[in-house]
Amino acid sequence: MNSLDNLRTVMRRDRVFDFMLQTTGLEVDLSHGTILYLEDISVSFDGFRAINDLNLYIDAGELRCIIGPNGAGKTTMMDIITGKTRPDKGSAHFGQNINLLQLSEPEIAQAGIGRKFQKPTVFEYHTVFENLELSMAGERRIWPTLTAQLDGVQRQRIDEVLEIIALQAHRDRNAGALSHGQKQWLEIGMLLMQNPKLLLVDEPVAGMTHQEMERTAELLTALAGDHTVVVVEHDMDFIRSIARKVTVLHQGSVLAEGSMDEIQNDPRVVEVYLGE
Amino acid sequence: MGLLNLLKQDRGGQLFLGLLALAAVLVPLLNLLPPEGHALHLSTYTVTLLGKYLAFALLAIAVDLAWGYLGILSLGHGAFFALGGYAMGMYLMRQIGDRGVYGDPLLPDFMVFLNWDALPWFWYGFDMFWFAALMVMLAPGLLAFLFGWLAFRSRVTGVYLSIMTQALTYALMLAFFRNEMGFGGNNGLTDFKELLGFDLQADSTRIGLFVVTALMLALGYIVCRAIVQSRLGRVAVAIRDAEDRARFVGYRVEHVKLAIFTFSAVLAGIAGALYVPQVGIINPGEFSPLNSIEIVIWVAVGGRGTLYGAAAGALMVNYGKTYLTGALPEVWLFALGALFVLVTILLPRGLIGLMKTRSKKGGAAA
Repeated sequence: MNSLDNLRTVMRRDRVFDFMLQTTGLEVDLSHGTILYLEDISVSFDGFRAINDLNLYIDAGELRCIIGPNGAGKTTMMDIITGKTRPDKGSAHFGQNINLLQLSEPEIAQAGIGRKFQKPTVFEYHTVFENLELSMAGERRIWPTLTAQLDGVQRQRIDEVLEIIALQAHRDRNAGALSHGQKQWLEIGMLLMQNPKLLLVDEPVAGMTHQEMERTAELLTALAGDHTVVVVEHDMDFIRSIARKVTVLHQGSVLAEGSMDEIQNDPRVVEVYLGE
Repeated sequence: MGLLNLLKQDRGGQLFLGLLALAAVLVPLLNLLPPEGHALHLSTYTVTLLGKYLAFALLAIAVDLAWGYLGILSLGHGAFFALGGYAMGMYLMRQIGDRGVYGDPLLPDFMVFLNWDALPWFWYGFDMFWFAALMVMLAPGLLAFLFGWLAFRSRVTGVYLSIMTQALTYALMLAFFRNEMGFGGNNGLTDFKELLGFDLQADSTRIGLFVVTALMLALGYIVCRAIVQSRLGRVAVAIRDAEDRARFVGYRVEHVKLAIFTFSAVLAGIAGALYVPQVGIINPGEFSPLNSIEIVIWVAVGGRGTLYGAAAGALMVNYGKTYLTGALPEVWLFALGALFVLVTILLPRGLIGLMKTRSKKGGAAA
């Protein structure tokens, strides 16, 4: 780099003060191949340390499973990533350039992080189709939302997602009338409509039959690659069927990380979790 | 056409607007054509009473927009209604000119009585109708915006929000009762003479006010219907049912709430402005918490989340109120309380909800 370029970098107006940096509406920068950085994060509620010096890195395109006993901090970790809970200390970055701790929940969602709740949460008084329509990536401001109309491409996209989550037959039913497993899928479909870079999926197979579970496993594995998927799950069979890399959380920090085989043979993991 | 498209799916709305149009034509005709004493004659008193009901119906629609579609149970919408009413009342006071009891060309009677020598600054401009009309919308809108901005940003929801709206209207009532506020204190604003040059006592003005109120009610209904059928309306219902999900889908829940709540307050203000010239008085009693609770009862009786149900509820309950306060004055409050309890227990979706389930069952049998 020549000196002129250096000078230009120094003179860039947006680089002079931190507060002038653009924080919202940035495209996530994945040039280093890592999509999520959580570093030295701690958070406590009423003296209870839910997360304790947590360090976690997720690669772009990866399918990561996170396991851990109850109270290990799995859901709290998701709350921190999505902006619902603010950590007491530590840093959380999405790609190289987006500081998650500065953004609100809707801003994080628009930056490209989608979340499925532990309890399936869909808009019960809307039809399946409307649920997907409302989740579709795009305009979120008041006035454009008031005048928004679906175009052909968008309808097509909704129909595609309906097919992926196998709910075409229920297109015009109220989401509240779906079975538990179907709601889980609808919620995953809503995530897909948001077109996020990173999907956080909390207990996706709770309350599903065996066949439904298999379909969900297929769905999540198919998503990895284009998207990065982080799955929190209790069901070991399910983890085994999809996992490439597993992280074990215990008392708010990472206990072990590796393939399913390595994890299962790790004596510390066996002691806290699998040994029962 | 946009309007036809809007109402295509809305059978209840078609019926409601149809009846409203019929009333707007028939009521003036029945007042003007049959001679007094004829069986079909409608007295001017009745016309004004009906006009008052229609203003209440518009208020009910405003509450339903916030409560039925957004899940914000406002127990303070009476405040926005009263503010709109006061703005209109101030214009009507300035129109009196030197025809007041004290004959002061500039100051309203109550100010002369209080020995004030100049018009307070916030009374400037109210001699012009356009300014007053603007204030009718701006005053309640600004208050709702400020209140909503603070409340929604702090994520106050549910019953806590309802209690705060109740406190808001109560505080305003206490403030407006004070003479120093400059709004006529206890007595409020009254003794109006004319509106835009039309004598308020004249039959023709009263009929005109009725028709204008009916038109505004229809317009208010159509705009609200357009909102709830837009994607924004679906987002509002989504926020009502699963606020967190809406947030994680990327909607700024606070902004949506603020926009719709403020619009609802503006609508309530317009209803107040239509109400005041018809009843001829506005006083701090309109801010009383009881009034705001009554509005909620209208909406609950009619059936929330339908808009026309709220309007129908307002008309029915107010007719009942007029009848009962005339026939058995001491019974009214008990009847109102009983009505609310019964509707909550037996008809959680109001009369419209009952009719819908009936017709669905009938349809299934046929």
